[in-house]
Amino acid sequence: MLNKFDIQIREAREHAVIETTGYLNDALGEQLSEKAQELIQGGCVQLVINLEKTTLINSIGISILIEIIEALEEREGTLNFCGLSPTQERTFRMMAIAKYAGIFPDEESAVANL
Amino acid sequence: MSDEHKVLLTIPMYPDMELAAAKTGSVLAELKDFNEEAVEEIQLAIIETCINASEHSQSEDKEVHIQFLVTDDQLQVKITDRGVGITADTLDGTRLLGTPGIHPDLRKRGRGLQIIKALMDEVMIESSPNGTTVSFTKKKTSE
Repeated sequence: MLNKFDIQIREAREHAVIETTGYLNDALGEQLSEKAQELIQGGCVQLVINLEKTTLINSIGISILIEIIEALEEREGTLNFCGLSPTQERTFRMMAIAKYAGIFPDEESAVANL
Repeated sequence: MSDEHKVLLTIPMYPDMELAAAKTGSVLAELKDFNEEAVEEIQLAIIETCINASEHSQSEDKEVHIQFLVTDDQLQVKITDRGVGITADTLDGTRLLGTPGIHPDLRKRGRGLQIIKALMDEVMIESSPNGTTVSFTKKKTSE
């Protein structure tokens, strides 16, 4: 298998951090979406997605991130990203994701700004 | 010895095979000391083009043919499928818009070509009912 991926979740009292590892494509994206939906349905609507260990994100992965943004907006939640490479950040800005979700250099600042 | 290297690669349209093409592109770019950001941009452009070929070409042989040509100052990539060709609405992404979400500017699909054009220095698309070739060039910049 070319793409080894993993998802770790760190839950705190009022927020959760989802950390992805691997190539964010449809397969990892679906798992990420499932985990995010579980958290949102459970009432956790302050989320950070840490992409530091995610080396590549394709446009299908980005479309799944957009679905998470929309799901959180429906619940008046907040999503912040951290750990993006310069290319990932540029792509997120180009695709308007940065208008609806925060982008921070590290997990600490992403959590602090929820 | 020439400073030009040509690599030909054919990948099947299987999930994640675009990573093999992206890896080849990154090795060639690193060989010529492209910076880390350029290497990532090249990988992403290759991935998006291969995904487009897999998703939309309807190619019977289910193969994507990739030609890499790297020199000291640029990497050219030519990605070809033998599918049915692409239409103008596919090119501008409007065919793939799908159901509008909460924000019209947060378009979920049809953004691959926009990404490729933004990240590469030159992009050319040739399409006919016998297939499509997407060619792009990334120039090496001095840091």
